[in-house]
Amino acid sequence: MSIVSLQVGQCGNQIGHELFNAISGDCNGPNRKTYSECSNERFFHESPTGELVARSVLVDMEPKVVAQTISKACKSGRWRYGDEAYFSQKQGSGNNWANGFCVHGPRHKEVVEELVRREIERCDRLAGIFTMMSVAGGTGSGVGTYITQCLRDMYPQSFIFNQLTWPYGAGEVIVQNYNSVLTLSHLYQLSDAILVHENDTVHKICSRLMNIKHISINDVNKVIAHQLGSVLQPAYTADSSGYYSRNPIGELLSSVVCHPEYKLLSLCNIPHMSSTSLAYSTFNWPGLLKHLRQMLIASARMEEGIDWTVSVPSAVTSGGESGTNSRQKCFNVSIANLLILRGKDVSTAQTGKLLSNICLEAILKNVNSFSAWNSPVPFNGYQKSATLVSNSQSLLKPLDNIVRKAWDMFASRAYLHQYTKFGISEEDFLDSFTALEQIISSYTHL
Amino acid sequence: MTQSVVVQGEDMEPNCIGGRITGLKARAVLVDMEEGVLAEILQGPLRQLFSSTQLISDVSGSGNNWAVGHHTYGSVYREQIVDQVRRAAEHCDCLQCFFLIHSMGGGTGSGLGTFVLKLLEEEFPEVCRIVTSVYPTAEDDVITSPYNCVLAMKELTEHADCVLPVDNQSLVDIVGKIQHMSHTGKPSCVIKKNSTIISGQGGWLDQMFSDAFSKEHQLIRADPKHNLYLACALMLRGNVQLSDLRRNIDRLKPTLPFVQWNQEGWKTSLCSVPPVGHTHSLLALANNTCVQFAFGQLRERFVKLYRRKAHLHHYLAVDGMESAGFSEALSCLSDLIQDYTHLECPLMPNAPRLSIAT
Ligand SMILES: Nc1nc2c(ncn2[C@@H]2O[C@H](COP(=O)(O)OP(=O)(O)OP(=O)(O)O)[C@@H](O)[C@H]2O)c(=O)[nH]1
Ligand SMILES: Nc1nc2c(ncn2[C@@H]2O[C@H](COP(=O)(O)OP(=O)(O)OP(=O)(O)O)[C@@H](O)[C@H]2O)c(=O)[nH]1
Ligand SMILES: [Mg+2]
Ligand SMILES: [Mg+2]
Repeated sequence: MSIVSLQVGQCGNQIGHELFNAISGDCNGPNRKTYSECSNERFFHESPTGELVARSVLVDMEPKVVAQTISKACKSGRWRYGDEAYFSQKQGSGNNWANGFCVHGPRHKEVVEELVRREIERCDRLAGIFTMMSVAGGTGSGVGTYITQCLRDMYPQSFIFNQLTWPYGAGEVIVQNYNSVLTLSHLYQLSDAILVHENDTVHKICSRLMNIKHISINDVNKVIAHQLGSVLQPAYTADSSGYYSRNPIGELLSSVVCHPEYKLLSLCNIPHMSSTSLAYSTFNWPGLLKHLRQMLIASARMEEGIDWTVSVPSAVTSGGESGTNSRQKCFNVSIANLLILRGKDVSTAQTGKLLSNICLEAILKNVNSFSAWNSPVPFNGYQKSATLVSNSQSLLKPLDNIVRKAWDMFASRAYLHQYTKFGISEEDFLDSFTALEQIISSYTHL
Repeated sequence: MTQSVVVQGEDMEPNCIGGRITGLKARAVLVDMEEGVLAEILQGPLRQLFSSTQLISDVSGSGNNWAVGHHTYGSVYREQIVDQVRRAAEHCDCLQCFFLIHSMGGGTGSGLGTFVLKLLEEEFPEVCRIVTSVYPTAEDDVITSPYNCVLAMKELTEHADCVLPVDNQSLVDIVGKIQHMSHTGKPSCVIKKNSTIISGQGGWLDQMFSDAFSKEHQLIRADPKHNLYLACALMLRGNVQLSDLRRNIDRLKPTLPFVQWNQEGWKTSLCSVPPVGHTHSLLALANNTCVQFAFGQLRERFVKLYRRKAHLHHYLAVDGMESAGFSEALSCLSDLIQDYTHLECPLMPNAPRLSIAT
């Protein structure tokens, strides 16, 4: 089973590169022959001369980032991108979603479709299409959305899974909230699941947990790549009966996206720390799981500053409906969670009891909402690590902020002419706002 | 990758940048309806940059009459201008923008310049048009300059994507200050350019940022700090870090009123190569409601002439110029002023969000 990746725009390409880098590095460790074979089949094909070539298509509307990404991969010596697996142009999309979606997307439809088709035909079996992009610029957001739409038409039965990077709240792109609103509302109709990384959160992980003094975008991308890798690398699942799962994206979706109205996923991962501290730290599974559980219910995306006073009212934990009125302190309600444990003694850890403990607050709506994967192979230098993919309310606040700021701007008609110029009308904006308000409302009323 | 074709209207001479330049030709079309200035350029220090095939000229000028430049010369030179611009554009493998430089007060830059702007829009609708417009001082010796300015402003409002106004009075003040400083020999000589600042040596980084927002350093006579910012771009060059930029934005932000719907309306860029002869520089481009005052003064000067119908007949005698053109231009300017004024009105309560039936 193989995953075909798509890296669109500056952010998508830079994160994609870090992801393949992390994965190829992770496969190099000792005692992991089957694991590595499975991972390689997932993410790479072999060139006639035996080199690992990423199953990935690179797209940007300017040349610089794609060129740098390809040459950096080459220099790694471990893997590279395909010789003809990229497409770039000269001008960029000028941070304008409409320019990407209405102009560049349609103009380059055939070329990009062809590149993706070639990658897909190279796979014995396709696990799904995994697209990485930012929502704030013009290319990742606009062209990325357009390509997703084309791929949805071409491959109606395949899984399409999008990783989105949300902008810093105090942003660099003035119209970032417009671009975000347009991207999210469209993707919600097209994608099977949307996995979100907020730049602010990841930045905090770099400063507080990794102790990085001058944080570069590379540092941020390494954390994102680590988190993605911890989900996408091979693992045993409930269905895989002692083999590494052959259907990673399908199983991920069936465990966390149980209803089409709810497909926003967030990720938390522990531990994150600098490699120097890592050398002196030991972890035990009960401790890690206790933290992870509290991060989930207190909606903390990192291991520091967790609010330990948040708890789940007993009425809810025992499954009663009556508890919803008596929530003492607003805890983060989730509809589904997937726990992934990687590392030593993972099978001996008394996960069963602890897992069910996490699962308790997820039993609302009577959906089968908890799954666990594991792998005995330590991931990316961490002896033990735990990752939680949640479909929960934790993205409500940032989503609401994006919509509010975009709405304020929209109400004064600011910058609209730059979108109508390319064919996105006020009506289109209104439709997008309506779609997002609907999503906000759905998650709020869980 | 960024390429622009510069369309130069008129007497505005480019600066000498020193050193010999060989083998490079400016991506530019130079237009003037008299020969003197263009001839000087062809003999000046930048002569290698231009060839006579890039020039379009006539002999008699537009006599400080917008209508002559716009209508008379516009219809005569239309084809030739389109041809020249096309030829320049064909040399670009990725044309991003047209940059039009002109004065507002005379006849050619103002009249023919805005005619060219309209042509560019017709011929290259997807290519954006940025215009640098030089406004006359109040004591300008061109008596009809208020007419020319206001007539031209209507065209700018309708056909430009972005206008960078420059007031000659601000330039005069800045030059005066530089001369004063070089006489008194102040060590950290600061040369200001519009919202552009080119600051001297010595790591006076924070000062440079403060200056960029002070009223003494603007290229129009206005005080942005006491008016409302709609958005602001900061372009920093030299050995300066992103953190310097961020720190200064955080430091200055409390003193800078931004419109409620664009509180984070900053666009920033960094380039490690400083301008020739400097260690670093900062260009601040602001969209600020303070322009309304300069526009208001211009309107007064226009109305003073227009009320007496002074010099009107020179314009109305030109084929294609109608008297309605004047009243329309005036009301277009009034609307523009009003648009900026309205932005400053006490905030209307935020529009209620869409509500979803649950
Ligand atoms: N985490 C992370 N965020 C990035 C990176 N590059 C850009 N961003 C974010 O992405 C947004 C800007 O979008 P880009 O991806 O640069 O834009 P683009 O898709 O190339 O589109 P255009 O440049 O407008 O054509 C901002 O929110 C940035 O913070 C990156 O490498 N990592
Ligand atoms: N800053 C600056 N202003 C100039 C320059 N040359 C002329 N001006 C201003 O431009 C206005 C006069 O317009 P000109 O550009 O001379 O006129 P023109 O476009 O050649 O039009 P006609 O001569 O009428 O054909 C006055 O306000 C001058 O102060 C210059 O080189 N620099
Ligand atoms: Mg880009
Ligand atoms: Mg002249």
